[in-house]
Amino acid sequence: MTSATADAIGSPPTPLKNRRSKLTLRNTMIGWSFILPNFIGFAIITLIPVITLFYVSLTDYNIFGKGDFIGFGNFEKLVSDPLFGRSVVNTFYYAVMHVPLTIAVSLGLALLLNTKLRGVAFFRTAAFFPYITSIVAIALVWNLLFSPDYGPINEFLRFIGIANPPGWLTSQEWAMPAIVIISTWRDMGYYMILFLAGLQTVPRELYEAARMDGTNALQRFWNVTLPGIRPTMFLVTVLLTIASFKIFDLIIVLSPGGTSAPNQATVVLSQFIYQKGFIESKFGYASAAAVVLFAICLGATVIQFFINKKRSA
Amino acid sequence: MSAPELTEAPPVSAPATFPEPQREKGAVRSTIVRVVGSILLVAFALALLIPFAWMVLSSFKDSNEVFSVPVRWLPDTWHWEHYVDLWTKTDMATWLRNTIVLSTVVTFLQVLTGSFAAYGFAKVRFPGRDVLFLVYLATIAVPWQSYMIPQYIMLAQAHLTNTLLAIIVLQAFGAFGVFLMKQYFESIPEELSEAARIDGLNEYSIWARIMLPLSAPALASLALLTFVNTWNDYLGPLLYLRSKENWTVQLGLKNFVANNLDADYAMLFTGLTVSVIPIAIIFLLGQRFFVEGIATSGLKG
Repeated sequence: MTSATADAIGSPPTPLKNRRSKLTLRNTMIGWSFILPNFIGFAIITLIPVITLFYVSLTDYNIFGKGDFIGFGNFEKLVSDPLFGRSVVNTFYYAVMHVPLTIAVSLGLALLLNTKLRGVAFFRTAAFFPYITSIVAIALVWNLLFSPDYGPINEFLRFIGIANPPGWLTSQEWAMPAIVIISTWRDMGYYMILFLAGLQTVPRELYEAARMDGTNALQRFWNVTLPGIRPTMFLVTVLLTIASFKIFDLIIVLSPGGTSAPNQATVVLSQFIYQKGFIESKFGYASAAAVVLFAICLGATVIQFFINKKRSA
Repeated sequence: MSAPELTEAPPVSAPATFPEPQREKGAVRSTIVRVVGSILLVAFALALLIPFAWMVLSSFKDSNEVFSVPVRWLPDTWHWEHYVDLWTKTDMATWLRNTIVLSTVVTFLQVLTGSFAAYGFAKVRFPGRDVLFLVYLATIAVPWQSYMIPQYIMLAQAHLTNTLLAIIVLQAFGAFGVFLMKQYFESIPEELSEAARIDGLNEYSIWARIMLPLSAPALASLALLTFVNTWNDYLGPLLYLRSKENWTVQLGLKNFVANNLDADYAMLFTGLTVSVIPIAIIFLLGQRFFVEGIATSGLKG
């Protein structure tokens, strides 16, 4: 809008120019009238909070209202907070397990479903269903499936000869792997669909040509399939990484004990923010942790963007 | 590592010059690949479906029977009464009502404002438009967890906490809807709008009478995804809906276990089954739109 009016004032009033700037003004009004109903909600709910986040993180804002500006005090406190350190380590631990595992499983599924095997159509539908089932239902059902003494999973493990199956969500070492299994189970259908779409863009002729050259299946996978789906691989990696760093709802449903000492095996960054902000009402302190989460997600995206650029160059 | 073999077209029959034994070897190999592939497929299908089957079957069991060792998959006697007791012994009716209201209103607003804004971005040319769209896009990459606190502070100052309205404004104006609809609108040829303009239609009528009817598949994708997302949302209600009469299904079921230690697990499974059934029906009816919505928005994101 501003540029439209500036145009009208700054230029000599030739009839053509005038008419053009009038048209621009008219289009601007029409364009904004379309966007405004959504934009007002979007600005209040998303844009303004994102911007004010950085200010709140520099205050000691709490439940009693007005916070005072304290500079980087919150960030200094974060560095020496053992719970924060723990939650950052756990978040990375989760991401390091979840990202490769989900890529492997969902790509494997996509390769399997990109064939003419019987039942493929049914399976494409079934694989997607966990992704649209609520986290609460998934978490509660898997929590009981994983139950150490009475759960079907450990019973199956005992049946196949594992005498002392892990305590899963009740144990320090196995809680996080259990959560990774659940979230991979939930996510694989979604990423499988992205991979399937990517696989369909790889030209058939390339496989024919590679076959003529006498390559085996593994060589064709490395030299034809993987390069062919690189854009999809990039997209999936970025989406998965961001999703892993912000893992929250699954963990918060599965660990009712919150961040108290025996449950710290699965404390993650988002949960730390929730705990400090909504349970302990330290809004300023929690916002500082939120800025860290924001920076990690942004960093992950940028790094992957550059790696991808370098490889395709 | 036999999977890559499967990505390709059915094996081209070997040239006739090849000696006979080699052809046979290839045929045997392709049968092995086929069998291994099918076994993997069945294994995955079981892994996917068993948790759901266990949930549904357990809802018919006696409470003590849910955790019997060894696991019995089928209930001894089928206890249908959980599906009656659920309505009288829990607040499921209230939770369901709140959830239905929220999902319906949010879906309506999201589809309406999202497609309206998308028209502005896709079909009206004005200065600053692309920068504004970039702002929309950029926020998709920002995790909600990082700005939920300033958002909460704002909504608390507007006295919206502990109201259903908070969840409505939280969910209804997402950038995702704008993005999805803009992608689709841009695939509709400009000549159609031009022809309509010559016929004297204004931009609002073009949106209502030409673009919307033509983008039914995208509207269906957006509506279904929004409805399911709102239905399943746990974190929004967890932060904003404190008093019991405002709880949603997800919040109610979560607290059903949290609040009584010797919870009636068969009843819990009944509640979970009832909460998943509407989503299953919607998914089966509209699975094409789910997959298309996800694939297009994902691929171009």
